[in-house]
Amino acid sequence: MLKKEDKIFKNLYGHNDWNLKGALDRGIWENTKNILDKGSDYIVEEIKKSELRGRGGAGFPAGLKWSFMPKDSGKPHYLVVNADESEPGTCKDREIMRNDPHLLLEGCLVAGFAMRAHVCYIYIRGEYYKESSNLQKAIEEAYEAKLIGPNASGTGWDFNIYLHRGAGAYICGEETALLESLEGKKGLPRLKPPFPAAVGLYGCPTTVTNVETVAVAPTILRRGSKWFANLGNPNNTGTKIFSISGHVNNPCNVEEEMGIPLKELIEIHAGGVIGGWDNLLAVIPGGASVPLIPKSICDTVKMDFDSLIKVQSGLGTAAVIVMNKSTDIVEAITRLSHFFKHENCGQCTPCREGTGWMYRIMKKMILGNIDSKGIDQLLNVTKQIEGHTICALGDAAAWPIQGLMRHFRPEIERRISEFNKKRKVA
Amino acid sequence: MNHPGMINTVSNINSNTFEWSEENFSKVKTIIDKYPSGKQQSAVIPVLDLAQRQNEGWLTKNIIEKVAETLNMSFIRVMEVASFYSMFNLKPVGKNFIQICRTTPCWLRGSNKLLEVAKNVTGCNLGETSKDDKFTLVEVECLGACCNAPMIQINDDYYEDLTEENFRHLLLKLKENEKISTGSQTGRQSSEPKRK
Repeated sequence: MLKKEDKIFKNLYGHNDWNLKGALDRGIWENTKNILDKGSDYIVEEIKKSELRGRGGAGFPAGLKWSFMPKDSGKPHYLVVNADESEPGTCKDREIMRNDPHLLLEGCLVAGFAMRAHVCYIYIRGEYYKESSNLQKAIEEAYEAKLIGPNASGTGWDFNIYLHRGAGAYICGEETALLESLEGKKGLPRLKPPFPAAVGLYGCPTTVTNVETVAVAPTILRRGSKWFANLGNPNNTGTKIFSISGHVNNPCNVEEEMGIPLKELIEIHAGGVIGGWDNLLAVIPGGASVPLIPKSICDTVKMDFDSLIKVQSGLGTAAVIVMNKSTDIVEAITRLSHFFKHENCGQCTPCREGTGWMYRIMKKMILGNIDSKGIDQLLNVTKQIEGHTICALGDAAAWPIQGLMRHFRPEIERRISEFNKKRKVA
Repeated sequence: MNHPGMINTVSNINSNTFEWSEENFSKVKTIIDKYPSGKQQSAVIPVLDLAQRQNEGWLTKNIIEKVAETLNMSFIRVMEVASFYSMFNLKPVGKNFIQICRTTPCWLRGSNKLLEVAKNVTGCNLGETSKDDKFTLVEVECLGACCNAPMIQINDDYYEDLTEENFRHLLLKLKENEKISTGSQTGRQSSEPKRK
């Protein structure tokens, strides 16, 4: 279990003051100048050594991503913080922004400086109204205290942070769709390459990174990359906020060490599965986009990127959705299919047509109203969507269904044969 | 899904032209200043949001034209943004715009039952506005407060940790124009584990 002194998010639950005064008491903004004085190469190197992996879902090494920014492009550089948190099950960035916004702002300065950016945009999802109010207030406080703005924190580096509210589109959490949206267009993902580090916001070098990734950076630099790398397992280091929702007694967000066993996470922090561990049916371990895992895997699996890949799932955003035996597992996944049908941007044909088709077939499968070839046909379609779209939303729509079929195919076959039996009788 | 933010046609019934209020016009300037010069198109989402707030929660053709003029954009560029993003309503909504989260984490904890309660109290079906314009009822996809499921959004605020009872109570209060408290309805501060 993570020791209290190793926690990065000291005000995750908002029990203390989120304003500047409270933030200063928690050691945020303390000698930020010292960090920046060591230079941008040092910062990137330390983040690399800490083995921090991006917290937004894909788990890309953060230091490496930051190092992609060109040295002298002659153009302005931009840091864009992705606060468009909408992956079903995920609600961690929300807590950071409303309960500890200065932690994020200090991270923006450090990360922005490391990327040679003078401007940072925080793109927050439009529905987070209260969160954006807190964050805006915190930005104003930071300007007033000269922590950001011209000569930010006395470092000689000019740094501006602007808050930009979205307007309700899951797809804008995809980095290039987010940039399109920030430029005032529909959120349609761009083809890559060119990657944002070369051609990003307004055609300039840009790095888009998740709130949690940015927020942990100053603490890593203060306490050293070694401290962070010693937490968790190699290549899966540090601490992580887990959002535990669904059929648990005490749903909650909690910061824990990477690699904590799933069972321990649920039993210690979330009060256990409703009806006890033996009543567990399945868990979606990383938000709606990753395949579910059945109880037999949940018994032993560890919560980190590599362990979950090994069981054909993923850590994603570490949003643990717990389902006990009272769940209609087919409907649970059907609702996710509805989500992807609703949220696809309509740009690529396989995804636009496929997500709707998959949803309609899944809906029939709840009752079993489909012929026995239907399962293979559906799986075949998921394979035709996966990897054939500009962004990963197509993959994200396909994987939950593939996961369902991998582990619960007999259940669906039972429903199909029962439905057909009834039909014959009628 | 029947949602005023998910339709693609814009209403032209409102013959009055739209003008910025003085206060909002100065806000528009502050918003545009956030972006580099010449990139005022970036302001389209926040400016549409401001216009929607000035017009009781929805956008008409006149307003979209005004926003296009303000930002020096063509009408169609603003129109496609207004129809793409679900938070821009192209149909009028009631005083209390109730959005019930339907995605799996909320559904697992009983969002279906909340929908029944809402239909029952407001007398609306999904996508409908009540006759007294007090309520509009819709279902939406994940609102990102899954550790406080089931939850709903009314206008700008989240209402979390709902049960059939406390949700019914909440709606009845709204019906009587009484004040309601936002956030968790079971006394949680945010998403900490419930006290034992």
